[in-house]
Amino acid sequence: MADNPNPNIDETDAIPAQVPAKKKGVKRRIFLAGSALLVGGGVFGLYWSDSNAGKHARALTETGAGERNFLTWMKIAPDDTVTVYSPHIDFGQGTHTALGQMLADELDADWSKVRVEQAPADMAFANTPLVKSFLGEMSGYPGVISALPAALMGMLARSQKIQITGGSSAVRFTGQGGMRVVGAAVRAALIEEAADRLGVPAGELTTADSAVTHAASGRSLRYGELAAGAAGRSLASDPVLKSRAEWKLINKPVIRRDIPAKVDGSAIYGIDLSLPDMRVATIAAAPVRGGKLEAVDEAPALAVPGVEKVVKLDDAVIVVAKGYWQALKGLNALSPKFTDGGNGAMSTPSIYAAQDKLREAGKPDNTAGDGDVDAAFKAAGDKVISADYRVPFLHHAMMEPFALTAHFKDGKLTLWGGLQDPLGARDRAAKAAGIDMDDVIFNPMIMGGGFGRRFPPMTEIIDQAALLAKQVPYPVKLVWSREEEVRHGTYRPQSSARLKATLENGRIAAWQNDYVQGDNAEGEVGFIYEVPATARRHFAYKSNQNDGPWRSVNSTQHGFYNESFVDELAYAAGEDPFAFRRKHLPEGSRHRKVLETVAERAGWGSPLPEGVGRGIAIVESFGTIVAEVVEATVKEDGSPKVLKAFAVVDCGTTVNPLNAEAQIAGGIIMGLSSAIGEAITLDNGAVVESNFSDYNVLKLADAPPVIDVHFIESDAAMGGIGEPGLPPASPALANALLAATGKRIRTLPLLQQAKA
Amino acid sequence: MAIGFTVNGKQVNVEAEADTPLLWVLREDLALTGTKFGCGIAACGACSVHVDGELTRSCSVPVSDIAGKAVTTIEGLKSDDGALHAVQQAWIDAQVPQCGYCQSGQIMAAVALIERTGTPSDTQIDEAMTNICRCGTYPRIRAAILAATGQAAANIQGEA
Repeated sequence: MADNPNPNIDETDAIPAQVPAKKKGVKRRIFLAGSALLVGGGVFGLYWSDSNAGKHARALTETGAGERNFLTWMKIAPDDTVTVYSPHIDFGQGTHTALGQMLADELDADWSKVRVEQAPADMAFANTPLVKSFLGEMSGYPGVISALPAALMGMLARSQKIQITGGSSAVRFTGQGGMRVVGAAVRAALIEEAADRLGVPAGELTTADSAVTHAASGRSLRYGELAAGAAGRSLASDPVLKSRAEWKLINKPVIRRDIPAKVDGSAIYGIDLSLPDMRVATIAAAPVRGGKLEAVDEAPALAVPGVEKVVKLDDAVIVVAKGYWQALKGLNALSPKFTDGGNGAMSTPSIYAAQDKLREAGKPDNTAGDGDVDAAFKAAGDKVISADYRVPFLHHAMMEPFALTAHFKDGKLTLWGGLQDPLGARDRAAKAAGIDMDDVIFNPMIMGGGFGRRFPPMTEIIDQAALLAKQVPYPVKLVWSREEEVRHGTYRPQSSARLKATLENGRIAAWQNDYVQGDNAEGEVGFIYEVPATARRHFAYKSNQNDGPWRSVNSTQHGFYNESFVDELAYAAGEDPFAFRRKHLPEGSRHRKVLETVAERAGWGSPLPEGVGRGIAIVESFGTIVAEVVEATVKEDGSPKVLKAFAVVDCGTTVNPLNAEAQIAGGIIMGLSSAIGEAITLDNGAVVESNFSDYNVLKLADAPPVIDVHFIESDAAMGGIGEPGLPPASPALANALLAATGKRIRTLPLLQQAKA
Repeated sequence: MAIGFTVNGKQVNVEAEADTPLLWVLREDLALTGTKFGCGIAACGACSVHVDGELTRSCSVPVSDIAGKAVTTIEGLKSDDGALHAVQQAWIDAQVPQCGYCQSGQIMAAVALIERTGTPSDTQIDEAMTNICRCGTYPRIRAAILAATGQAAANIQGEA
């Protein structure tokens, strides 16, 4: 198309919005009617009509003269500046830019005068569309719910105290169900106001660049002039949204505004905060999770110059000093005694052994699937194909170590830092400090990464900072060392699976996945292939570690299991891995098109140099289908080397193609990194790894120099973009290494296996 | 002890324990927070600065070793009139940063590489750019270095 801004994106008309088998019965909140996107009237929920919340939000946001707030979502200033409030954190995934694009496009606002700000950590800005959409997904597609296991359920139970950033949810739920609708509704109100002021029918008015124009008389009114009148009007809850052809900002490459401050050192992250009279503290928690602090002699720390105080918590010791270095020296001078909480025998091998035993006992906690696998396996006799896969705990390794500043004064606790749910942070801090949530103020700051680590339910630093602040009269910034951060994570769980299948006439006749992990992955992780009999059996196992959501959550390990095993079946059937997958995907489906497109772009089947192999994988997660091809070889030292990577993505529509490309490429690199070198291991109940010296994060030299990312655009429901690039990367690499070396790797990370 | 050195062209005199890493003096005593703490063991490069023109991981250098030397941090890369360094501009043009936390160090490493090699090859980029980026911005880092040295066009075009 002539106006296609990105040659990597082809526009495909009229792809039917396919509902895969696993999503039967889903009631979609957002549906297509003709060319206009309509959103159900109920999406707005509480704050669409709650005038008290509206008044409160106005008090918080109408800070400049003549500014007018609309529904807590945005305000217009007399100089036409539009400020959009994002309930989501932007930690580099580009959410603020994308949400701003969506609202500004429907509003017909001048993009140069649109600003996007983090919404205050206040109940008036609780993210109702997100909660509703998650609840909607729960009815037939509980994926994202189980993706954020007990944590999110707890949040839902706490009703609206939610401003979560996760589940690749910002654009597809808040953006589609909130930002676009608000933009369109406010635009309609501005037109009504202009029609009255100009004395002309609304139908004769047009909008562009933050102005309403009456072409016949040549008159025009700016949004800044109309805002006060429009703000008093009732807003439609189901305005007609623009069609794809009318978009000016959505699906266009827009430059991110947060980048200049990130290249000149001026961006202030949570760890950078400095306040008058502030002290800095650092902490050592019990090395074995579940252990308690038994005793500590404070004297050696207090003898270190600059150290002011030692604070004992139930399971940790904190040293407070003038600066971080003094605090760390003080902490290192201590010899605290901790108990092991009865977890001292826990180790990486003991966890795998316990998981094997649980699976062998054959009593699953949850079962899903279709058809009769038992009959198929019985009929196949000794022709059943089976393989066992194992994946380790993974650490988030966000580049900014945890830091949270707290000040307790006059019964109120004020916090500064970066967390993935500011309201949830207030809630947890209030509980820890034993005060009311109304007495906790949280100031969100930008974050150096998150990837699922910064959800308040798994974030002990909130309790630690709150308890510490109650014991000192000044503001105190609690900073975790990298060692503390590596050893006290909420990891992607160590887990394992036994895959079983039978083949009949070159097709998969039955497929079973017996997997052992904490949470039931059903719903989040579906099965995309056409197979008459399938069973997914979950065996629940918990170690002493905190399981947490890690970028792409359960799809990391299940992508590896499923896409490694289907590759094994292709070889068992004597067939090409691409052709074998293709014939098991429905004809005319989005999945088949994504797979075919990546094969074509990667030159699947073309000759490769000696020692180089090509692997393919396809995973659907968070509503987005991604297929990847990796070319890889093995270096002289036995370690894997990725040479090229290709990705084809169907997320319905990208909002900002520039940023979507970065998210997919980044997800691939994180997936390759985890597959190649990352593992948290346990010995005597404690984490063995300590820092980037032994937790191996991929560096530039080992990442593919260029990643070819291609989007298939359609009118299908919008999927997520932050997480779905990751899951196909590890199986595509393992499959490529099999093609290169003939060796099938079923236990991650590859580095340990390749050298074994 | 009192230690004197220059930071971004300005003379500074700080009172610090001799073993205090340069990183913490920059961040806490001089309020130059663009230089980041990532690991404390010189493994990730987030704290990279230049000392007498040499790329240095400031978390692992005692400030006493810096006496009399010239330190350049990310805040000192702009020219006196406030114009961005060519590498900083290339980072914006290629839309490199995501979370951005590691990028001060990445830029300091890239500037040192370019000052040393002029037009670095892919192999030289592989060898020199050993800083960790968890967001996975490596392909755009490479593209920005090539663009900053005239070896490739900055190919990102977007609405401002």
